[in-house]
Amino acid sequence: MQPIIRHNAIRLELPDFRNLGTILRIVLAVNAMTAVAALVKAPQIELWTAQWLDMTALAEPYLIVELAILYTLAPWLFRQTSSMSAFVIAAITVLVGLGLHALIGRPYSDSPFALVRHLVLALCTYGVLLLYFNLRAKALSPAIAESRLQALQARIRPHFLFNSINAVLSLVRAEPKRAETALLDMADLFRVLMRDNRELVPISDEIELCRQYLELEKLRLTDRLQVEWHLNNMPSDALVPPLVLQPLLENAVYHGIEPLSTPGVVSINIFCKGGDVHAILRNPYRSDGGSHHAGNKMALGNIRERLKLHFDAEGTLESRVRDAAYEVHIRMPYRTAAASQAAVPESTATPAKQPAQTEENGPPLREAGTGVSRG
Amino acid sequence: MADAPLRVLIVDDEVPARRRLRDLLADCAGALPLACVGEAANGREALELLHAVSADLVLSDIEMPEMGGLEFARHVLKLPQPPVVIFTTAHDKHAVQAFEVNAVDFLLKPIRVQRLLAALEKVPRLKPLSTARLDALAPTARRFLSVTERSRVVLVPVEEIIYLKAELKYITIRTADREFLLEESLTKLEEEFGHRLVRVHRNCLVAREAIRGFERRVGDEGDAHWEVLLKGISETLPVSRRQQSIVREIGRENQRGGEAAAK
Repeated sequence: MQPIIRHNAIRLELPDFRNLGTILRIVLAVNAMTAVAALVKAPQIELWTAQWLDMTALAEPYLIVELAILYTLAPWLFRQTSSMSAFVIAAITVLVGLGLHALIGRPYSDSPFALVRHLVLALCTYGVLLLYFNLRAKALSPAIAESRLQALQARIRPHFLFNSINAVLSLVRAEPKRAETALLDMADLFRVLMRDNRELVPISDEIELCRQYLELEKLRLTDRLQVEWHLNNMPSDALVPPLVLQPLLENAVYHGIEPLSTPGVVSINIFCKGGDVHAILRNPYRSDGGSHHAGNKMALGNIRERLKLHFDAEGTLESRVRDAAYEVHIRMPYRTAAASQAAVPESTATPAKQPAQTEENGPPLREAGTGVSRG
Repeated sequence: MADAPLRVLIVDDEVPARRRLRDLLADCAGALPLACVGEAANGREALELLHAVSADLVLSDIEMPEMGGLEFARHVLKLPQPPVVIFTTAHDKHAVQAFEVNAVDFLLKPIRVQRLLAALEKVPRLKPLSTARLDALAPTARRFLSVTERSRVVLVPVEEIIYLKAELKYITIRTADREFLLEESLTKLEEEFGHRLVRVHRNCLVAREAIRGFERRVGDEGDAHWEVLLKGISETLPVSRRQQSIVREIGRENQRGGEAAAK
């Protein structure tokens, strides 16, 4: 953390005001603070709820109007520097306070002191929230780096690596051309696995990676592995966390196809619905083949965590067994590179801040990269 | 013996892995007289094949559909002249550790021709693995029980077992169609298949799924006991006094299962 402070004395992290998780956190925090304030103010405990209701009658409209304005301004705010937007939000808070006081505040109390008190309380609340979101962003950014490194270790199954090398070796003598293609696919796959996987990538890149991966698996499992793609309604420009699907396909092959001696189908269905991108992966499920479930859970947990880091409450992963098939369902908000300016998640830095952050996470990453390529 | 070619059987579920081993064996053939007598895609196929051809050595993968290498190595011991089994594995840290601890021979895939040759040269001095040593390796329950009948190894799928009953030296395996005689310990079988089989009597384990219900019987001397009613066969089995608690336990389970099915 030290280098950042040297680069930029006051570095503010503003949350993404269009993220459901952020909005939920603000609403909950403000209501909790109101409850505490009511507790301080209530003369008797029995009157506490009445007092709270009284206060929320004023606080709630304030909150809703403020959040609506921030939601609208979010794209613009993100183009400004952090301190500038922090100042703008403070100004908005004051303006909304003044406006609301003029409209509905009067009946409660007419003294000018009431107005000042409301504004001071609102600004204090804003300050506390700003502090909270800053701390949260700080707490999460090393988590991204760490989860990425963890993922790097957990992601590729040695089982897959060595069996694939073995399969390529078997081709070298008889079909050198196919061996060549397989090695190139492998190189591409490992290049992606080893790069910095923090930024979102177009879903079409992820699909290409999945195809290469499945080609390699087909090489060794031959026609035991059947793949069905349903991508007609896929928004190819949607941005997704890198390696969000490939590890799931690896699971599907390992748990669903390898234990079968008859051919099995892995199906991939990606579509856009209601402003969200959905990905549904299915593979055959056997109830008695239960020795590797720990590995599966780890991969699911890893992806779920990365979805949370990128999309907060808007990215979900669910898994279930249905009709002798194991199904993983991922839901992510539909974001595109064009709109990403408006929707930079709180946990990844805006372009202006990036150099500092890259520096922070740079050294260990570069180390990992060179280490692997040498070995 | 030294002059007869070494007969090798390849067992792996992946086509390219089998081809690779075949190529490697061909490379070794110059240094050592050997013959590849066949290939199988899993342990079950390999056992079947070994009834038709004999082999001195089986190179077997570990993770395979239907029957994996570790289970195969146990059943193969029931053959009149069991071959030596050497496992081939890509990378399974735990399996490899277990092999090293128990001095079980294995080759890491991708296999180097020198390693394979060294292993092949060792084969005449190797003895087939003992059941005890394999027990130490195999953490998962078998999918089949095997019995020897007229020098053939007959596999009985575990899910077909209705009950196991210990009688003098042998254990009787009862399936819907017939009975088999097995030489194993009932206690060990209970440990291995405890999730599927339940003890109803000192000498008897019954498959939970095969239990149709229980019936109260009064003996000649007026002492009452429970009998297990079974699906698929008309025989009944007595429940010992000591195991009586299972009557209520399983009765309740079946009731729940029945309700779920009715819905």
